[in-house]
Amino acid sequence: MRFTEPEPGLPTDSDIDLEIPSQRTETHWPVIGAISAGGVLGALARYGISQAWPTPTGGFPWATFVINVTGSLLIGALMVVVTDIFTRQRLLRPFLGVGVLGGYTTFSTYAVEIRNLIAAGAPGMAAFYLVTTLAAACVAVFVGMTAARAVTWLVTA
Amino acid sequence: MTLLFVAIGAALGAPARYLTDRAIQRLHSGHFPFGTLTVNVAGSLVLGLVAGGTTTTTGVYALVGTGFCGALTTYSTFGYETVRLLEQDAPRRALANAVVSIAAGLGAAAAGVAIGAALWQ
Repeated sequence: MRFTEPEPGLPTDSDIDLEIPSQRTETHWPVIGAISAGGVLGALARYGISQAWPTPTGGFPWATFVINVTGSLLIGALMVVVTDIFTRQRLLRPFLGVGVLGGYTTFSTYAVEIRNLIAAGAPGMAAFYLVTTLAAACVAVFVGMTAARAVTWLVTA
Repeated sequence: MTLLFVAIGAALGAPARYLTDRAIQRLHSGHFPFGTLTVNVAGSLVLGLVAGGTTTTTGVYALVGTGFCGALTTYSTFGYETVRLLEQDAPRRALANAVVSIAAGLGAAAAGVAIGAALWQ
């Protein structure tokens, strides 16, 4: 059951790892470039989904919900994969994790949508959206990590 | 044109999140994710300003709102950090991260919309 145990090597913050001394101060331009390029791809994917799936006033914001939950599933899997399998690909985590998934998911739209639902006279929907996104995102991170740990365990066993 | 605005905003927003997160996490030695909390609340305030001051179909909204604020803020990192705090046997810190992030983000968004509407409409 190794894959169900917490990974002591996993950082708390997926965006930065201050245990690595060089990450504390030095500016690595390839890292900044990978984050920027990944952020563009993630944001364009988010924009495409939100355009294809508009939310009616007072309705459940499905596009942002699906974006944030799928992004959370993928960051959970990615963090195990970059920590346990692809440990030498220096730009993989900045590009996919900080860039693509960070640019794809959004906290600001989530906050403004909750505010708009309250303003539109749908506080119940606002509360439901607030809680279900938080719960589904946390479960998705856990599922992503557990699945990736299971695959890692199978590959390395 | 809208796609270009979204892309330019995100090209700046994602590295801004990384550099801000790093600068803030350097200031303390604990594991609490103050850096992500800061970018998420700041981005919610700015998106609120844009949403209050303009409509979602303008170039300003695409550049500053969808592009910059969307990439500056993150739900994947927020969710990941909350789960990692739970795994590290810090359920109170995990709960505090979720409650403070959402309460402050929502308050910032509401304040932003009110200020944006007062300034530009």
